[in-house]
Amino acid sequence: MYRILQILFVALCLVISAHVVGSRAAEGLGPLIDQLGSAKLSDMDDHITALAKTGDAKVIPVLEALGEGELYQRKSDGKVFLVKAQGADLLLVDPATGAGAGAAPKAAMQKVKVNNAVRRAVRSALGGLTLFSDDTRARLKAAQSMLQTPNADALEAIETAIAAERDGAVRQVLDEARAVTLLVSDRPEDQKRHAIALLAEGNGRNGLAVLTSALATADASLKPDIETAIARIEQTQAFWNAGQNVWYGLSLGSVLLLAAIGLAITFGVMGIINMAHGEMVMLGAYTTFLVQEVIRSSYPQLFDWSLAIALPLAFLVTGAVGLAIERGVIRFLYGRPLETLLATWGISLILQQSVRSIFGPTNREVGNPSWMSGAFELGGLTITWNRLWIIVFALAVFAALLFLLKRTSMGLKMRAVTQNRRIASSMGIRTPWVDALTFALGSGIAGMAGVALSQIDNVSPNLGQGYIIDSFMVVVFGGVGNLWGTLVGAFSLGILNKFLEPYAGAVLGKILVLVLIILFIQKKPRGLFALKGRAVEA
Amino acid sequence: MITSFLMRSFDRSILIAVAILVGLAMLVPALNLLTAPDHPLHVPTYLVSLFGKYLTYALLALALDLVWGFCGILSLGHAAFFALGGYAMGMYLMRQIGARGSYGNPLLPDFMVFLNWKELPWFWHGFDMFWFAALMVVLVPGLLAFVFGWFAFRSRVNGVYLSIITQAMTYALLLAFFRNDMGFGGNNGLTDFKDILGFNIQANGTRAALFAASALMLALCLILTSAIVRSKYGKVLVAVRDAESRTRFLGYRVEHIKLFAFTLSAMMAGIAGALYVPQVGIINPGEFEPGNSIEVVIWTAVGGRGTLIGPIVGAILVNGGKSIFTAAFPEFWLFALGGLFVLVTLFLPKGVVGTAGAYFARRRAELRGQAAETPNNLAVEPMAAE
Repeated sequence: MYRILQILFVALCLVISAHVVGSRAAEGLGPLIDQLGSAKLSDMDDHITALAKTGDAKVIPVLEALGEGELYQRKSDGKVFLVKAQGADLLLVDPATGAGAGAAPKAAMQKVKVNNAVRRAVRSALGGLTLFSDDTRARLKAAQSMLQTPNADALEAIETAIAAERDGAVRQVLDEARAVTLLVSDRPEDQKRHAIALLAEGNGRNGLAVLTSALATADASLKPDIETAIARIEQTQAFWNAGQNVWYGLSLGSVLLLAAIGLAITFGVMGIINMAHGEMVMLGAYTTFLVQEVIRSSYPQLFDWSLAIALPLAFLVTGAVGLAIERGVIRFLYGRPLETLLATWGISLILQQSVRSIFGPTNREVGNPSWMSGAFELGGLTITWNRLWIIVFALAVFAALLFLLKRTSMGLKMRAVTQNRRIASSMGIRTPWVDALTFALGSGIAGMAGVALSQIDNVSPNLGQGYIIDSFMVVVFGGVGNLWGTLVGAFSLGILNKFLEPYAGAVLGKILVLVLIILFIQKKPRGLFALKGRAVEA
Repeated sequence: MITSFLMRSFDRSILIAVAILVGLAMLVPALNLLTAPDHPLHVPTYLVSLFGKYLTYALLALALDLVWGFCGILSLGHAAFFALGGYAMGMYLMRQIGARGSYGNPLLPDFMVFLNWKELPWFWHGFDMFWFAALMVVLVPGLLAFVFGWFAFRSRVNGVYLSIITQAMTYALLLAFFRNDMGFGGNNGLTDFKDILGFNIQANGTRAALFAASALMLALCLILTSAIVRSKYGKVLVAVRDAESRTRFLGYRVEHIKLFAFTLSAMMAGIAGALYVPQVGIINPGEFEPGNSIEVVIWTAVGGRGTLIGPIVGAILVNGGKSIFTAAFPEFWLFALGGLFVLVTLFLPKGVVGTAGAYFARRRAELRGQAAETPNNLAVEPMAAE
């Protein structure tokens, strides 16, 4: 029985909407509008609803005018007009046709009375009406607002809109809005049940709130349905939350990978810790800033290419700085890793202070190119483009480095030196040369990491410091001399961090990770992927 | 017997240094308190506090030297032990404020009232007694170092790995102490101290006494470390530094030897922190900053690691330089500090004292060689690479 009614109702809606689309609707509008003029304040609500039900776009300006107090009735014939003041006279506009209807003296007109109750009715009616707007975005917005603040009165309007809707995304939101609204209306139970099922299926951020509030007021027979629906939504949400955490973890992991990978190869090949590594990242970020400054001032059309231009530049700049550091300081300190650590720390202080003196201590603005800004939805996940590109970039750098190490003669030499420096040297490999190039390469990669990080972090002289300890942890955790260790280390630390955060808070999560690493080192003092052999114990 | 112990334990330079420190402990307070402010020999109170602070830094550097210079453990987390000792002392000083805080709560320190806490957390109990606080100053850093070192040395984490792990430790503590929930005043730390042992902490007399205490404590620790490194244990300690594997194969328990030095060193750092806090009047999580720990390393390196006088000289030189530099050219201090790191490691690996000592040893050897015509005089050079 209800089913038949429902079908009938939908058919009716279709008829009405077809009717609405037709231009003849305007003719029926006039009398309805005129009624506003003579109605009592207490009846206004019904008249407004009646107007809104026509679903005609022309009603919108009328209702807006009513709310603003710009709707007047002509005393002579009781016809209602939209007016605009022009000197002592009022310019009249026929609401039904939208055509001008001349001017009239103020004395001949009477304002249509409004009070707060009427204004409220106008507002809610307007919300329903924008559902029929020609602009897809306006419709989507209206549908979303109905979804968030369900109002039983709007139910019919929503159903009308659903029947007329052609845009899939809007339709989906409307369906959800209808379900939500149905729950608060006095429709029969099995319709409500359908609505609950629909809400439970969607990813249901709005559904949960509505269902929870409906649970309190619903009939006893509906309660089990609502409860299972709530459970189901919570389950889906938990699933997507876990997914989102994995995503955040991957994102953090890619950042760590970028920051740590250069450190890992210098540590692996040369056995030294480069404390100035973070500053190389910072220099890369500042290179990006400079490139964007030049582009902004001289070639604004190239802005989307700024990162592509900055990447090789950052690699060259930081690679050159790295080479200078290696040739100028580090090569005199071979065999003394702890001294190298101190010297590079000193260099990091100097670099930081230089940048601070040149660019100032404040954050500099680095913009996102258009292809890196914004976000998209994937199921229940929100994925920002810049994070996605950074993951892609980190993996690309990793792959390139892997290729370099495994397939080129330079890589072969680097691996040989990593495994046994003396034997490599006696085989004719010029180890100082390999060291210098490795250091330059590691620094250059840090510079490229800086380009990527400039997109998601503040570009300030302290940029590098924030990453240095985390990168050390990745290297220590992953093990030295094996790029895969760095990869696994970076992503597992990233994901672990993000999974601990919701339970322990960001700071405590980080502390826990540090403690876990310290404990992990007990078990595997050389990291996950340790080099084996005598060379290690040197 | 005591004399012979003393004679065995110190060489002349240590005795001179101890004598200077004891002399300073008496002279400076006297010049501060007993002379008129316009007297040419008068030492103003701010200088007393400043040099008192340097002396606590010197003690911290001495502590680091014990593990780095003599055992080859480069700890990049020694400031953490220093800060923990400081916090223990800070907690005592906070409890001494009593009802004089801005909220007038007799039991709870101001920041707890501010956070709406109703009762004292368990770990704050007992800190109203000085002896308990003094015990904690030594025990808390000592315990942390013991546990940390036990894990680290047992699984033979050494070299740069150990350095990085100690840095992670101080970083973790930094993050932890920044949290308000930890109950140590969060970001602001502990400050607004009023009394120590019933004396007003701002008074000239108290400041002079704190200076004297710092100087005497430094002298005491100098005697202690000197006795340690000249003992049989000290010889093994140096052996661990220079050839860890060989020492292990000779039958020594390397991890125990390291652990003892590390724990003792952390306790000394804790004492330094406890003396530091009343003199500067504040302790906050910034003291855990990894950069601070590395700065301690440079003091030791500048003075000369592996010499006991070196770290003291280095700490006072670098910090004196810092005070002058940051006042005169604030922009350039980091350049100077960074340059110091690079230049000292490159050109002065033995530090000021070590280089000077080597120079004098050579001179003496030359003179003696001329006198006795024995060219084979060995200048002891324990400074091998890691």
